[in-house]
Amino acid sequence: MSLDIPTVRRIAALARIRLEEGELAQAQAELNGILGWIEQLQAVNTEGVEPMAGGGAVALRPRPDAVTDGGIADKILANAPDRQGEYFGVPKVVE
Amino acid sequence: MHPTDFTLRGAIEALNEGIISSVELTQAHLDAIAALNPRLNAYVTVTGERALEQARASDARRREGVAGPLEGVPLAIKDLFCTAGTLTTAGSRILASFTPPYESTVSANLLRDGAVFLGKANLDEFAMGSSNTTSAFGPVENPWSRANDPDTRLVPGGSSGGSAAAVAARLALGATATDTGGSIRQPAALCGVAGMKPTYGRCSRFGIVAFASSLDQAGPLARTVEDCAILLRSMAGYDPKDSTSADIPVPDFAAACARGVKGLRIGVPKEYRLDGMPAEIEALWQQGLAWLREQGAETVEISLPHTKYALPTYYIVAPAEASSNLARYDGVRFGLRVTEPGSDLRDLYERTRATGFGTEVRRRILIGTYVLSAGYYDAYYLKAQKIRALIKRDFDQAFGKVDAIVTPATPSAAFGMDEKQDDPVKMYLNDVFTVTANLAGLPGIAVPAGLDAQGLPLGLQVIGKSFDEETVFAVGAAIEQAANFTALPRLRAGA
Repeated sequence: MSLDIPTVRRIAALARIRLEEGELAQAQAELNGILGWIEQLQAVNTEGVEPMAGGGAVALRPRPDAVTDGGIADKILANAPDRQGEYFGVPKVVE
Repeated sequence: MHPTDFTLRGAIEALNEGIISSVELTQAHLDAIAALNPRLNAYVTVTGERALEQARASDARRREGVAGPLEGVPLAIKDLFCTAGTLTTAGSRILASFTPPYESTVSANLLRDGAVFLGKANLDEFAMGSSNTTSAFGPVENPWSRANDPDTRLVPGGSSGGSAAAVAARLALGATATDTGGSIRQPAALCGVAGMKPTYGRCSRFGIVAFASSLDQAGPLARTVEDCAILLRSMAGYDPKDSTSADIPVPDFAAACARGVKGLRIGVPKEYRLDGMPAEIEALWQQGLAWLREQGAETVEISLPHTKYALPTYYIVAPAEASSNLARYDGVRFGLRVTEPGSDLRDLYERTRATGFGTEVRRRILIGTYVLSAGYYDAYYLKAQKIRALIKRDFDQAFGKVDAIVTPATPSAAFGMDEKQDDPVKMYLNDVFTVTANLAGLPGIAVPAGLDAQGLPLGLQVIGKSFDEETVFAVGAAIEQAANFTALPRLRAGA
């Protein structure tokens, strides 16, 4: 599968990464280079194979559904690029 | 003897015997950093004052008779581990001014055991790279250079290139690192030091900036196998804050280094013999196997038939997980924010991420977004997860017959800073021997075993069974002992 320019544009939008018009062709070439190399996987017979999700040999544990933290608003806001009182500031979203 | 020449174990003994204080040891390393880091760029942030404060407190604890297992030992911390109150950048512009209010579990464990932190080690941006050339804070230089061409600056490997270069150049006694596809073992091999990626789940991932969560695992880099074992014992352990951390006792890894290999069956995977692999790497591999046989091990040819699919599988799984993990860098809660007058929220996201992420990170996010997108998920991501299961099955079957597997660590020695930069896939091939252990979740160590014709270090890799790091350390230490690797990099403290 080879990506065309509109697809590259769509992926960049999904990824929320701004690509300038002049960057699209290079991104397309690089992505197609990688996808072309990945294409060899289609040759592997995976009939009846259970997909492996996660990397561990140990089963995940449930934990109590309880609050374990809180009351640290200042710590959470300490790195905010635009702190507005107890809130993160963002451009106006709702008119 | 210069204090930076101690092994980590030797330093602990010298501290115990009162031959040196932690303040003296730490100051010697800070002096070495001041002299060499401007050239090597192994550290992004040096925390000299804090280190000396920690060293003084450590010396005081020792005087009171309460010394931890790493009491007073100066280390480098890969700048992917959150350190409370100290800048943590992940090698990225987007986190250039991020100071975490909390400590990663691994670094907290090291502090608990008395370690001193010299600073934060440079790395490929978000740990994505095999040459440490993708860091937003400039490339790291390998302290080694070619005998016949000392002016060509070489890469230290990546992503833990700063950690490996710091340890090799004697700017730290040991370092933390992380390994998602080879990021501990490949730089260890290229810098002539030892590097251990433990079993997935052995070390907590809490507080480590996430790249690919099902593959990421922390581990140590140090100048000897035993030093790695000492560090890993402190780093490892169950952590309720990471649901994938294993609730399994942490053994005395250092004791396992002295076990020997008598009676062990060592697997030699025939698929790791690549076309075009330098003859000296093949020769070193054969030499390593001969050393193990001389020490009483038996070598057995095995087959890991899906090996050649490991890298392309990785380049679906890792970018997919990365695209999801890195969605959090949106310019709202922490990190860089870039806006233009009149930017709406979406424009804020897109400009922030375009400016904050470097080329390789953007590329992997785009690949990951694509393979997870509607209509392509089954063809790419699900397919890759199935092949990952087959790769793991290959190992399960092999480990029915052998106790450990020995392979080359990398397909080449360190290369020039401007080589392999034009084609991403060419760079990805660096991890051809290491990536399989990440996909299968297995422990692996790289051990310096020899030099190539140009005088650059080459490493061998030992892969073990799940949670059997002890055998990996035993085999690694046996190779180390036989190799008697005493060569030194040109750029190093005290040289």
